[in-house]
Amino acid sequence: MPDSEQGGAALSVYGLGKRFGDRVAFEGVSFEIAYGEVFGFLGPNGAGKTTTVRTLGTLIAPSSGSATVAGIPLTPEHGVEIRRRIAIMPESPGLYLRLTVAENLECFADLYEVPKASERIERALRAVNLLDRSNDPCGALSKGLRQRVALARALLSEPEILFLDEPTSGLDPVATREVHELIAALGRGGVTIFLTTHRLEEAERLCHRVAILNTTLRTIGRPDELRDQLFAKTLTVRTLGQLADPSGIFADLPGLDSWREDGPGVYELAVSDPRISAPAVTRALVAAGADVLSIGESRHSLEDVYLELIDASKASNEVPV
Amino acid sequence: MSRTRVMAIVRKEFRDYRRNRYMLVTMAVIPVIFLLQPLIYILSLPPETAVPLSHKHELLYMLAIPALVPSIIAAASVVTERQQGTLEPVLTTPIRREEFLLAKALAPLLPAVTVSYAVYGLFVVIIELFAHTGVASALLQAPVILAQVIFTPLLALWSIWVGIAISTRTSDIRAAQQLSVLGNLPLVALSTLIAFNVIQPTLGLALAFGAALIVFDRLGWRVVSAMFDRERLVTDTR
Repeated sequence: MPDSEQGGAALSVYGLGKRFGDRVAFEGVSFEIAYGEVFGFLGPNGAGKTTTVRTLGTLIAPSSGSATVAGIPLTPEHGVEIRRRIAIMPESPGLYLRLTVAENLECFADLYEVPKASERIERALRAVNLLDRSNDPCGALSKGLRQRVALARALLSEPEILFLDEPTSGLDPVATREVHELIAALGRGGVTIFLTTHRLEEAERLCHRVAILNTTLRTIGRPDELRDQLFAKTLTVRTLGQLADPSGIFADLPGLDSWREDGPGVYELAVSDPRISAPAVTRALVAAGADVLSIGESRHSLEDVYLELIDASKASNEVPV
Repeated sequence: MSRTRVMAIVRKEFRDYRRNRYMLVTMAVIPVIFLLQPLIYILSLPPETAVPLSHKHELLYMLAIPALVPSIIAAASVVTERQQGTLEPVLTTPIRREEFLLAKALAPLLPAVTVSYAVYGLFVVIIELFAHTGVASALLQAPVILAQVIFTPLLALWSIWVGIAISTRTSDIRAAQQLSVLGNLPLVALSTLIAFNVIQPTLGLALAFGAALIVFDRLGWRVVSAMFDRERLVTDTR
């Protein structure tokens, strides 16, 4: 029985690394992905994201570590078996531009030896809303449409794991939104997706969990977990004027760790749980006769997490002069 | 070995050839050059040249067509896919390198052999119709025509393996094609030397040459498969 039916991990990676001579592409990477999960793999350019995908896709051999992909050990002799169960959409669509959309997909349907190829092609084209363009030469399509054809190609074999390498790279906002909607629909349909990107809003919007890579794995978790790990939860209080005695108002409030004034009439309160502290802060402000404009939870974005970690890794790599 | 996967690439290549003007020109121009030059020469020969001609095997000179045409196409096969970014998606499918390379070899082999036979056929017809009778019968000797028919696919396949081998190791299409032509020049030289009786053609020589080509054609597949390094082709690092 395949692992997907047993509920095992779709992807298990232990201390995986790849070197090209003296250059380390990535090293010591470990994580697991469950079936049906949309997993974001974030990192700056040159962090090793694409090399990781190529390694897991059996295009290049790892220098260290081990992995199982769709339940199969990542070894050279299992290359064909692994590639049967996965699909990779590289950053560049890589379509045969003189061939039509349907001819491109026919070629890949045969390469995967999919049964009832014409039905699969039709289903894949319908999934990416390109059924009416199936006879167009790929060279005549816009970049966004080519990306959709590449996505249809990746769906042909109904893979257990779908690797998407920077799927919206170079696309305009409209095309990006279309690709996002397609990925979200696939995720809702239970497809396991490994999405590499350096677009943080993309990962935050689409992924259940994210990992941040910068040659080594910096962190892994749900976007909200990562925010909580790195940043204290804060309430931002805005009042019409400056409070006369903020220390007296904020003292002894439940769950309040510290506070600071952040400009006239703006107060940042570090709290352990905003759901407990916010009502108490409201009551204390009203009791003190303060003219409250707003009380809100400050949310750190995944971008804040990313920048914090990447900056930290840069600082740790800096050599003092 | 999956026939479906091999044929998937072959079909794709044929579709690409049909719509690629450059490929069509390459397939047409060289054979025409090899057809016109000897035709002009032979059609102007007087009947008294028939006897000396019967001791030569000038038709074998046209074996240069299968030695050159498919190698130019094959030399572009892998490097073009690399440059256009189409190699990586193909290599992420279950296709084995042996299947991929066999497909890349079969695709130029079929049109090259067809074009070569068509050119020979045309040559024979024109000679029969327009050359002096003695000249025609001196040129169109059965053993030479048989050699032409047998050696054409063998030479074409060998020149294809040379072309593909070069294509897997270079990153520029023009360089690959030039090197491929250079790599196949010894074959052209050999057929020309035989055609002009510098090397005396005998049955033994033909059998030995044929056997060697069969061995080299089989070896070529293995050697090129060993040279085909997915990692280097995808990452350009080794």
